Amino acid sequence: MSQPDKTKTSSPPPSRREFLSVTVRGVGLVALGGVLGTLMAQPARGETAWQIDTTKCAQCGKCATECVLPISAVKCTHVFHLCGYCNWCTGYFVVEGHTQKNTGAENQVCPTSALIRTFIEDMYYEYTVKPDLCIGCGKCVAGCHKYGNGSLVLQIDQSRCVRCNSCSIAVKCPAQAISRRPIEDAYLLPTKTRA
Amino acid sequence: MRRFLFLVFVLLMPAMVWAEERFPLPDFTGGHVIPDETKLLPVPRAEMWGYRGWVDIAALAVALSLSAWLVLKKRSRRGVFLLMIASLIYFGFWRKGCVCPIGSIQNVAYAIGGGGHCGYVLSWVVAAYFVLPLAFTLFFGRVFCSGVCPLGAIQDAVIWKPIQLPRWVDEGVGLFAYAYLGVAVLLAAKGSRFAICQFDPFVGFFRMSGPVHMIFLGSVILAMGMFVGRIYCRFICPYSVLMRLLTPFAWWRVTITPPEKACVNCRLCEQSCPFGAIRLPTQGEGGRARIERRDRVWWLVSVLLVVALSLLLAWLGYGLGPQMARLDPTVRLASVVQLAESVSPEKRTEQQQQIALMDEYVKVFRESGQPVAELYAQAAAIQKRFASGTAWFGVWMGLVISLKLLGTTIRRKRVDYTVASASCLSCARCYKLCVVEEPLPGGTAIREVRT
Ligand code: SF4
Ligand code: SF4
Ligand code: SF4
Ligand code: SF4
Ligand code: SF4
Repeated sequence: MSQPDKTKTSSPPPSRREFLSVTVRGVGLVALGGVLGTLMAQPARGETAWQIDTTKCAQCGKCATECVLPISAVKCTHVFHLCGYCNWCTGYFVVEGHTQKNTGAENQVCPTSALIRTFIEDMYYEYTVKPDLCIGCGKCVAGCHKYGNGSLVLQIDQSRCVRCNSCSIAVKCPAQAISRRPIEDAYLLPTKTRA
Repeated sequence: MRRFLFLVFVLLMPAMVWAEERFPLPDFTGGHVIPDETKLLPVPRAEMWGYRGWVDIAALAVALSLSAWLVLKKRSRRGVFLLMIASLIYFGFWRKGCVCPIGSIQNVAYAIGGGGHCGYVLSWVVAAYFVLPLAFTLFFGRVFCSGVCPLGAIQDAVIWKPIQLPRWVDEGVGLFAYAYLGVAVLLAAKGSRFAICQFDPFVGFFRMSGPVHMIFLGSVILAMGMFVGRIYCRFICPYSVLMRLLTPFAWWRVTITPPEKACVNCRLCEQSCPFGAIRLPTQGEGGRARIERRDRVWWLVSVLLVVALSLLLAWLGYGLGPQMARLDPTVRLASVVQLAESVSPEKRTEQQQQIALMDEYVKVFRESGQPVAELYAQAAAIQKRFASGTAWFGVWMGLVISLKLLGTTIRRKRVDYTVASASCLSCARCYKLCVVEEPLPGGTAIREVRT
């Protein structure tokens, strides 16, 4: 099974055609090899992951709705070292419209009760996120950033994200907060509270 | 009382906004250990990166080789079909689509065209995804399309009663793929967006979820695909354009009859290709113009046409630059912010609806605390970069259209039923119908069919 075409086309002459295709095949392979070679010369060529820059994110809510997964890969993450362990956490309790200060669902910011409030000592409470319940809506994050330390942040959970070649949220994010990062260093937690 | 304190507290809060840390980390006397958040971060799924990338590349290479063997040597439709289903399951449903050679065009364009400034470096895995199927095309034709590509496979699986489209429809609508490739490369090279991925109609099926527009597009294509074989492959797929350009130089190609045997012109295979890749012999079509030798005038006219059309479209493209730049999210955001800043809410009448929709974007952008001037500067820079890009896009389309037009003036003499390798997706359907391949029982059937 070699060059079956050559007997079937009468013009141009087969030999010229053959020569051309061998040449082009050679050039093509060299070119494709060139692409690979150039890439080899790059210092870093690891894989990338999508992540949210917490200093840009404005908790618009699109993270919960724009991800291609039925339940967003974006989850709330708590940076405990930045937290004040507040009794009245504004990421946990709704600020307005509450009737009574108890931990009833209607008083919680989180629509799915994914934020868990645990008594530690004195007036101090620890807040942890249950990733299975969190839908990444960012409501608690917004409350925390507005009145609190900003220790609750949204991050793309790398164990859930399917690493779309083009993150659907990134295109829609009005704050342009989502970009690629090296996958070995896939999270972008704040190190300081925001001023 | 508690509630009262809480309210006072909340009311005081805005005053504390400028504090470095509003509430300091308490000193726990009870010995509470603060959890280390960095230890709690979920690691990327093992099947999504790392060694998996090499497994994928190996799987791709093996599947491509198998496909080439099944199509060209074994000539087995059943084998190709089984491989196709296996690829659909592995590359589609198991790997959930990404990354694929079609999408990788953009990663390559991004890395070459400016992603470098943003710190983007093409990964090995993506590069291999881009290169391997093209390299195979140079030797075996489009064997990627028949047995490996999950997007092709899902469409191939739904083909039911394919109709034959007129050749000019095939060629005409097929121009869309060239334009799509051009726009996608332009957008990716400028770092704007990955349009091919945003409008990938099937990846939503692979992930069993996805944006509404994707699922809708995919459903429409699959529904129509029962009657018009592989719509995405023939008219949309940007990767197919690259493969089409390489197929004329392929070493081995699909032939309807086994390569060592001759076609008997039985016409049985005429309707067998769902993708319109079979070319009939030219003999029977007497009276058609056939330019066998191209003279000086032909060459002159051709060169003039190519140059003129390319220049014209380049000029048009240059003019359209600012419009095309609006496809860039930053440019669009900047124009929305600008509009919101210049037109006060009371004055909004005509574009009211649109602005109301965009206000949300403006609000979020402001909340994110990034300076507006910076956004404008970014947008202006992108717009500038686009002008040259759209001019090149014009040149590309000019070349494509003029060369396609010129192609119609050339008619090669064909004595047998042959395959147009550029359009052939190597699916091996026509083999089954060829009498030379499998003689009909009795042996006399061949002659009867010929009359
Ligand atoms: S879309 Fe952007 S601004 Fe909105 S919540 Fe997600 S990261 Fe934050
Ligand atoms: S409020 Fe939203 S982001 Fe915060 S924990 Fe609940 S679901 Fe997650
Ligand atoms: S890359 Fe895909 S899965 Fe991951 S967060 Fe973005 S849209 Fe969701
Ligand atoms: S989104 Fe679709 S086109 Fe893009 S890389 Fe993934 S499978 Fe390919
Ligand atoms: S033409 Fe079809 S089968 Fe080939 S790469 Fe494109 S989508 Fe896949």
